[in-house]
Amino acid sequence: MKDRNWQRFILKNTTFILFVLLFLIFGILAPRFLSFKNLEIILSNSSYIGIIAVGMTFVLLTGGIDLSVGSTMYLSAVSSGTLIAAGWPIAPTIAVSLLIGIAMGYVNALIITRLKIVPFLATLVTMTVGRGMGLFVTKSVQVDFPDSITLMSTVKVFGFIPLQIFIFGLVVILAMVFLRLTKSGRQLYAVGNDPLAAERAGIQTRPLITSTYVISGFFAALGGFISITQIGRVSAGFGSGDEFDAIAAAVLGGASLMGGVGSVFPGTVLGTVMIQMIQAGLVYTAVDIYLHPIVMSLIIFFAVLLDSVRTGQLKKMERRTIMKITS
Amino acid sequence: MGIKLKFNNIQKHFFGVTALDGVSFEIEEKHTVGLIGENGAGKSTLMNILGGVLLPDGGNMSLDGDAYLPSNPRDAAQRGVAFIHQELNLFTNLSIAENIYINSFPSLKKTPLIDKKKMNDSLKSLLKSLDLNYSPSTTVENLAPGERQLVEIAKALHSDAFLIIFDEPTTSLTARETEKLFTILDQLRSEGRTIIYISHILGEVKRITDDVIVLRDGKVTGNSETGLIEIPEMINQMVGRESDNLFPERSAKPKDSPILEVKSLSQPGIVGNVDFSVHEGEVLGVFGLMGSGRTEMARMLFGVDTYRSGSISIDGTPLPRNSPQSSIERGMAFVTENRREEGLLMNVAITENIGLVSLPDYCRNLVKWVDAKRMNEEAGIIGDSLKLKASDIRRQPAMSLSGGNQQKVVIGKWLMTKPRLLIMDEPTRGIDVGAKYEVYSIMDRLAADNSGILFISSEVEELIGIADRIVVMSQGEVVKVFEKKDFDVTALMAAAFREAVA
Repeated sequence: MKDRNWQRFILKNTTFILFVLLFLIFGILAPRFLSFKNLEIILSNSSYIGIIAVGMTFVLLTGGIDLSVGSTMYLSAVSSGTLIAAGWPIAPTIAVSLLIGIAMGYVNALIITRLKIVPFLATLVTMTVGRGMGLFVTKSVQVDFPDSITLMSTVKVFGFIPLQIFIFGLVVILAMVFLRLTKSGRQLYAVGNDPLAAERAGIQTRPLITSTYVISGFFAALGGFISITQIGRVSAGFGSGDEFDAIAAAVLGGASLMGGVGSVFPGTVLGTVMIQMIQAGLVYTAVDIYLHPIVMSLIIFFAVLLDSVRTGQLKKMERRTIMKITS
Repeated sequence: MGIKLKFNNIQKHFFGVTALDGVSFEIEEKHTVGLIGENGAGKSTLMNILGGVLLPDGGNMSLDGDAYLPSNPRDAAQRGVAFIHQELNLFTNLSIAENIYINSFPSLKKTPLIDKKKMNDSLKSLLKSLDLNYSPSTTVENLAPGERQLVEIAKALHSDAFLIIFDEPTTSLTARETEKLFTILDQLRSEGRTIIYISHILGEVKRITDDVIVLRDGKVTGNSETGLIEIPEMINQMVGRESDNLFPERSAKPKDSPILEVKSLSQPGIVGNVDFSVHEGEVLGVFGLMGSGRTEMARMLFGVDTYRSGSISIDGTPLPRNSPQSSIERGMAFVTENRREEGLLMNVAITENIGLVSLPDYCRNLVKWVDAKRMNEEAGIIGDSLKLKASDIRRQPAMSLSGGNQQKVVIGKWLMTKPRLLIMDEPTRGIDVGAKYEVYSIMDRLAADNSGILFISSEVEELIGIADRIVVMSQGEVVKVFEKKDFDVTALMAAAFREAVA
């Protein structure tokens, strides 16, 4: 019986155990990997994609998907770059770029809830149109940001927490409280579990689904801004492909593409940090840089495979035993 | 005592088919009323109107003396009407308390946060009164079907419903869970609640109701006190004919040559040393209580689940393990107990649903083109023989059929493959007397054509009525095989319970 409980514990926490194992393996192979500085870099690099992945988690919970987040990042970053170049102060610039994120999310929501187009197609369209608009404005010229922006990435809150990690933490806490402790948060899980039953139970599903895309758009713009403070410029490919990293992080953290299953913490946070940790680990252990994408994908594939095996095993364990146990 | 609810000349039509044709009756306050009728008689339609799911085309209702016309389930809930559907309306990823409070979470002192403590504490006594011994914060996923139903009842009681509709509440429950439900129904009645109880199990209706309303073809054909009416009379009112013959006369005797031979089939923890055979022209009954391993064994036979040792052969040749594909090729067919989940294409015409499994048989020409004309013709014949209640089975989507008629379509799907061995797991569960007779006739016809049938059921009477031999299973093992001359309800039940197997 005790064996079974252990088995169950391991099966229920496969992602976390894999996380710890990878951490230890990299640590043993390259002791410098465990330095405080490196851990801070990993967290710092996780911040912007983590914020976007949190927004993605909201969308995934309802059974939707948002492919447009990379383009939203680009469009809002391009806008803030253009405004700053035109001499706008920083605060209103940030406000406008976040508003653009909200607007993109709202457009997604309108297409999905009013025109009844499936989320995959709706956000595929806004993904292409969003990037197209950005390219139209910039003529694909790189936009550079002044030091006043890039210096923000060196700001330490309370004297020791890097700004981007602080904002990531804040986003995670707010999202977690919202999902776990508010009426709308719990209703989101209900909608994801069974949309028809949710309507029958009198839940206002349309505003709920709308809010998830708005949140996703807002966090995409915020994540985009954090990324700018770190790299200082926006090229034509900015944010492209990040939508898949965000989806991978959420799914690695246990979110289901079918909706109703997933969490911001530990789930999505764990998924995001794990991806960054593997990237850093591969650098520290001096793996050929051209092998990184392959190794990376294999580890993610292994984690997802483990998750699928685990679900099957857990189901098996929960199946009742019919025959009398004779011993 | 006053009148709780009054239906007056209710009309409803779907796709040109009349579902309700002037239904009028009254329900007295604090009574438990049984609502019975064949599949498609209009019970569900009427209750959906009462619960605010559908609007009537004509007529009116009154509740507690006031006019009543709910346009959605919330309206109904506000007037104190709760509807416990056959398929439960629960969110399995949320807790018991969250399911109950889904639209009315208590908030923590003017914050937008949920007051979890208040929510959970407020439900403890309610759950206890229903004998549901879980913390309100337990996730519904972890509950058994019977327990989930209690959560639905808790939901109804929590919304202070005084008229509660139960639609076939016992079909997914074990015997013990059913007993528990009846105790709770008694409790609800003593609290002054009015209950409408829909069921095909007339014994239950007889036992727990005060009055019985019978519907047939959208009309009320019976309305009396339960004490004044016996079950055969209820059946007469349901089917509109005398029904001495619940079972067809068997038209042929089983032959000696075996079709299916199962030898020492074992899978640790599930079944042990199962031995039996089904002969040509034989209906072999399998009797056992829920959880005796019947379904699991059937799944192994068909190749859905694997087994550790033993052998399964058809017509003398062994069947590969774990391959439903080769089972189908060798002429096996399997009507599972989860017919609803097993997938009808809801938007597709009835005949196309029936033809689905046999599709390869109708694409035997050079370019693998589907011979739709021939398929539809033959599916139509199967559909007619099942006496489906539909105006045009070639055009009407499966969605438009009542629950019981949808089940007939699933059976028809397998009949169309002209099976050599047909496994039927609880094929008559949740269907009415008339449809049951048709299912038995189908078994007889197949047997007369030299097919073999494995008929799994937990209703001992129907096994006695139609089977040639009965295998009794308990805890994953075959306890005893009864020959036709030894059929006896008490002996069969005793074997299933493993009491004094003599």
